[in-house]
Amino acid sequence: MTHIVYDAVFYILAFFVVGSAGIVALSRNIMRSAFALVVTFLGVAGLFALLSADFLAATQLLVYVGGILVLILFAVMLSSRIKEIKISNLSVGVFSGGSIITLLILLLTYISIKTPWKELDTVNFAPTTSAIGNNLLTKYLLPFEVLSVLLLVGLIGAVVVARKEKDEP
Amino acid sequence: MNVGLSHFLVVGALVFSLGLYCVITRRNAIGVLMGVELILNSANVNFLAFSHFSHGNIDGNIFALFCIVLAALECAVALAIVMAVYRNFDKIIDMEKLITMKK
Repeated sequence: MTHIVYDAVFYILAFFVVGSAGIVALSRNIMRSAFALVVTFLGVAGLFALLSADFLAATQLLVYVGGILVLILFAVMLSSRIKEIKISNLSVGVFSGGSIITLLILLLTYISIKTPWKELDTVNFAPTTSAIGNNLLTKYLLPFEVLSVLLLVGLIGAVVVARKEKDEP
Repeated sequence: MNVGLSHFLVVGALVFSLGLYCVITRRNAIGVLMGVELILNSANVNFLAFSHFSHGNIDGNIFALFCIVLAALECAVALAIVMAVYRNFDKIIDMEKLITMKK
């Protein structure tokens, strides 16, 4: 019974994720792409929850839906001429790009299905937050610290790039 | 057939391909950024799927966490660059026309 519920939830989420990703990639209107991206990120957060990654699902909601999407919508609305759909989201090389991507989809799907991946006999669903915290402060302490320094550097760089330059004398 | 590892991998592959299509064909720089976000999301789905179904430990979660942090950083820096380009190139963020480093 639980298997049926799990499968049904997976297929619903997968439908929403792939469908909205299709809208992001194919829509002619940049605003429609940006709002379809919301659905994609929410669906991916649901997939994370199905994979028993509760902390990552919450992080996905906070960082992607709360942060990155607001930034993207902000940038879309700041750049003018979004009303002129022909200009806002033009695509080039649709035919060649589409044929390459179709081949890529077939190849990746074939690999995913046919490869004999190593699979555990029983998968367990357990909370992950405390284990992630312990690992971040013991085994992965150095990458964690390097990442925090990188975040600081990147954000300072973003501020420097985005601010108005003074007029040259 | 129960949902297993390969189902999640197929979803990841589809989202990755759509993101790559977005990166290849879009002329709007913000559209390209959306494609990059799709690609990073599909990578995270794959990390967590392998971590859950074929490894059983926490390492995949940590890697996906780092990946999310880097995605946020990349988005902030790239949008700052897009805004600077928009201001300096007469309100154009068309990738085809941005062929010089400086106006």
